[in-house]
Amino acid sequence: MSDIPQELKYTKSHEWIRIEGDGTLTVGITEHAQGLLGDMVFVELPDVGDEFEAEQDCAVVESVKAASDIYCPIEGEVTAVNEELEDAPELINVNAYHEGWLFRIQPGKADDVDSLMNAEDYAALVESEQH
Amino acid sequence: MTNATLKETPLFQAHQQMGAKLVDFGGWNMPIHYGSQIDEHHQVRNDAGMFDVCHMTIVDLRGCEVVDYLSKLLANDVAKVAGKSGKALYSCMLNNDGGVIDDLIIYSMEPAWIRVIVNSATREKDLAWMRSQLGNSAVDLTERDDLAMIAVQGPNARELAGKALGAQIAGAEELKPFNALLLNSGADSERFVARTGYTGEDGYEIVCPNAQAEQVWIQLADAGVKPCGLGSRDTLRLEAGMNLYGSDMDQSQSPLESGLSWTVDFSNENRQFNGRAALEKQKQQGLKYKFVGLVLNGKGVLRAHQKVVVDGAPDGELTSGSFSPTMQKAIGFARVPVATGTTCKVEIRNKQLDASVVKLPFVRQGKVLA
Repeated sequence: MSDIPQELKYTKSHEWIRIEGDGTLTVGITEHAQGLLGDMVFVELPDVGDEFEAEQDCAVVESVKAASDIYCPIEGEVTAVNEELEDAPELINVNAYHEGWLFRIQPGKADDVDSLMNAEDYAALVESEQH
Repeated sequence: MTNATLKETPLFQAHQQMGAKLVDFGGWNMPIHYGSQIDEHHQVRNDAGMFDVCHMTIVDLRGCEVVDYLSKLLANDVAKVAGKSGKALYSCMLNNDGGVIDDLIIYSMEPAWIRVIVNSATREKDLAWMRSQLGNSAVDLTERDDLAMIAVQGPNARELAGKALGAQIAGAEELKPFNALLLNSGADSERFVARTGYTGEDGYEIVCPNAQAEQVWIQLADAGVKPCGLGSRDTLRLEAGMNLYGSDMDQSQSPLESGLSWTVDFSNENRQFNGRAALEKQKQQGLKYKFVGLVLNGKGVLRAHQKVVVDGAPDGELTSGSFSPTMQKAIGFARVPVATGTTCKVEIRNKQLDASVVKLPFVRQGKVLA
């Protein structure tokens, strides 16, 4: 079973979301997702200031094996991106939940975070996809 | 986790024990990697790795008319290896329209015995076609699904295989490239060793009875040959400029526009191989496309089916693409208009990115050529 931290929120498309103290959301892909994709070689991130709808594709991560779209978990505006990934996309493989973060958004509506999955529900989703 | 609908090779248990990530690979449950595809790629370029290629299809053709049969079946000329025991030859098998049914390697075993190794995904149509071409020939076609195959590849592969297997493969150290030898034919200890591969590195492809495969695999592992998944096999063959059937060519494509002209032998005018007339007509009318290597100048990853944009000419298309671990750049193969020069653009997610057109291969025996 993949590592699924309790304190994070999740999406069905395998993004994780950390709710920061200032109300922004940090987004990355889960340990399970990086394991499926394998060695990362390229990441295309949004620009700071870009606005996205919920579930709109906003970034791309590419492993040797395949390209995978990343979806914005809820409506919001990008406030920061992880520029380290430009030269070191493998940080996603090394530590998907910390150094491998992708971008940060300011939610359009704070309540939208309630729609995200908790760790227990995400664990059940991963389990179901393995059978 | 097992999937009852997928076929398993005799090495399946060993893969599980060695921590393989298993995926559905054309109906077979095969290792894609054992941790890191990129590490496994470097392992083969720098030292030695081994691949389970038991899913590939081994066919023995025996009979006094086997050379005549292959002379018509194959676009390359079997005469180059006929009667020369141990010699191997790469060829396409074409349909009558000149389209590629499959690519394969033949090994001359005895004057009336030639072994053919074809791809896994094309097994059924290949066998059906090969049988349909037998006619009244005195040739017996036998699929050898009793045999397993392990590819050991890398600059140290032959030395480590020699250490690991010793007398089992006695004499293999003397083999020249694209030659093979057969030991203890018909016995449990039967070993067929070919100095061939699909990585651009030196090495062997070792064929043994299914029941012996796991033991051979473990002996190789104990000698320091690392298990590698089919993920790294793909990036290795891509760097080595080797075509993948189904991606780089298929029944709708001519070998002459798939970088395989060197494998089509027109020299014997009396040899009417399948597809010859269609290819000659194509040559006469002039080829429209050429098959080239592309290197993406900036960041990104090339993938099959991306559009290649060439100034003043029709679009081309990537047939294979990935990230080259050796070059640390995106590389690929493309079918582009013959007028294409030394640069082009590749359309990736609606952006046109600059790429260089290069001769294949990109990498051979550890050295970057492109």
